[in-house]
Amino acid sequence: MALETKKLGRDAINSKGWLAAHKWLLLRRISQLGILAVFLLGPWFGIWIVKGNLMSSLTLDVLPLTDPYVLMQSLFAGHLMEMTAITGALIVLAFYMLVGGRVYCSWVCPVNLITDAANWLRNKLAIKGGTQLSRNTRYWVLAMSFVAALATGTIAWELINPVSILQRAIIFGSVSAWMVVLAIFVFEAFVSQRGWCGHLCPVGAFYSLLAKFSLLRVNAYARNKCDDCMECFAICPEPQVITPALRGEEKNISSMIMSANCTNCGRCIDICSKDVFKFDHRFNKKISIKVLHQREVLP
Amino acid sequence: MSDKKSSQSRRKFLVSMARTAGGVSLLGLGLGVYSRQSLSLPAQAIRPPGVADEKEFLSACVRCGLCVRDCPYDTLKLSGLMDDVAVGTPYFEARKVPCEMCEDIPCVKACPTGALDPELTRIDDSRMGLAVIADQESCIAFKGLRCEVCFNVCPVRGKAITLDQQHNARTGKHALFIPVVHSDACTGCGKCEHACILDEAAIKVFPHKLAKGELGKHYRLGWKEKQKAGDSLVTPDEQHEYNLPEGMRYDYEGEGLIQQKQDTPFTDNPLDRLNKGIQH
Repeated sequence: MALETKKLGRDAINSKGWLAAHKWLLLRRISQLGILAVFLLGPWFGIWIVKGNLMSSLTLDVLPLTDPYVLMQSLFAGHLMEMTAITGALIVLAFYMLVGGRVYCSWVCPVNLITDAANWLRNKLAIKGGTQLSRNTRYWVLAMSFVAALATGTIAWELINPVSILQRAIIFGSVSAWMVVLAIFVFEAFVSQRGWCGHLCPVGAFYSLLAKFSLLRVNAYARNKCDDCMECFAICPEPQVITPALRGEEKNISSMIMSANCTNCGRCIDICSKDVFKFDHRFNKKISIKVLHQREVLP
Repeated sequence: MSDKKSSQSRRKFLVSMARTAGGVSLLGLGLGVYSRQSLSLPAQAIRPPGVADEKEFLSACVRCGLCVRDCPYDTLKLSGLMDDVAVGTPYFEARKVPCEMCEDIPCVKACPTGALDPELTRIDDSRMGLAVIADQESCIAFKGLRCEVCFNVCPVRGKAITLDQQHNARTGKHALFIPVVHSDACTGCGKCEHACILDEAAIKVFPHKLAKGELGKHYRLGWKEKQKAGDSLVTPDEQHEYNLPEGMRYDYEGEGLIQQKQDTPFTDNPLDRLNKGIQH
């Protein structure tokens, strides 16, 4: 099909207006930048609402939050953390199990700002192809990060984790942030489409494991209105997750997007001029998850 | 036909699997090598209080920077991507900003993971490093000049650094006030290195493994053993007696065996000999 990526989103803007066609994108940007801003209020203006960074933080001197992925790596490296960190990790785990693990990727992670920008450029310049990686590579990298922790006895992945390096560099004011930004931008724009976030990043892979039972889902509830414009597939960072929900009517598959790798970014909702998608809770569905999981296909 | 097709798809699957596994293994190998190298902390980079072992620390530190935030003197900083300290981990350089040794140790309290040992409650017990008079040639105290700045800024005053008075051989009549560091009290805070008046500090804080020697385990220092036992452990010294024939004695300075003349049956005087028979 000849989808013109340069004009992506034009139909939605024409039918709904610019604001409605960018509603979830704008909310997401507010969330991503807002989280950075709250972290920066301390060092920049002396207003200490949150201290630390995404690896571990302390909010208002009472609420500890810790990245459960780094806690697991530390465990593999042979260290059992103190109660503060364990409590923080449990809170984070509970939250993402509720809203969907990869909400971390699309609503929190600062790297997403770069990769979205890279993909915007890719669409505008109509760059096609590039290095193809398996979408399962990230789970191999995830396993490798645990093996590396076990073998070296240190949290080895944190030496090269661009997610934490970038966020730390922004919050603690280091120029090295721009190197990470540039590297990821170039990689995603010219080397491999959605290469980092959608194929390699073990942080996203880890959080996707928490999404198996999450409550918040995108529902292609009006899939009979779909006119096959393909724009949702073009804009979606994980397009394979849409297929069963959108195209599964004849096979009696639920219209709920159940894949753990859906990032709940809501771009499909924004870009659809026919309003096929909406945010929903998982129990609002027609057939059981079991059937769905059997039919879900990873490309 | 379908057999051929399935074997082709199996082949495709296995090849793609091998490609992914191979690529990720290579990445892992590189990461392993890099992580080994990042264990080598440069000598001038000092970890915050409560770090005993670098590897143990790197198994626990999540690089959140909460210790840095709670350091009231901006001593601690996080390593950047281009620094030669494991990226994102906290450290300080004594010559730039030393540790002020806060009594409540806020950095250790801030650590959520236990990378900074929460059992460290007295800052005097911390061992961040060990001060060493690294260069006696430049330290002006060794030239006989009065300085004692390191001695005076030391927070563990009079215990971690003492002044040893020695004879000044150059003038023949003055004293040298030599600073001496004691590892049983020095915390490695780096105040001395920071305050050293030289352009390049003569006293420097080094990691313990660089600064300390270690005596072989089999060594026993006699005077210490004696002190421990409260008494000498070897047979107490007694007047030594030689088992010599009667009338002989031994004297090294007097050149060995000496015949005691009085007891000799044979005298030099012939009259004695002659008279002997009469006496009996």
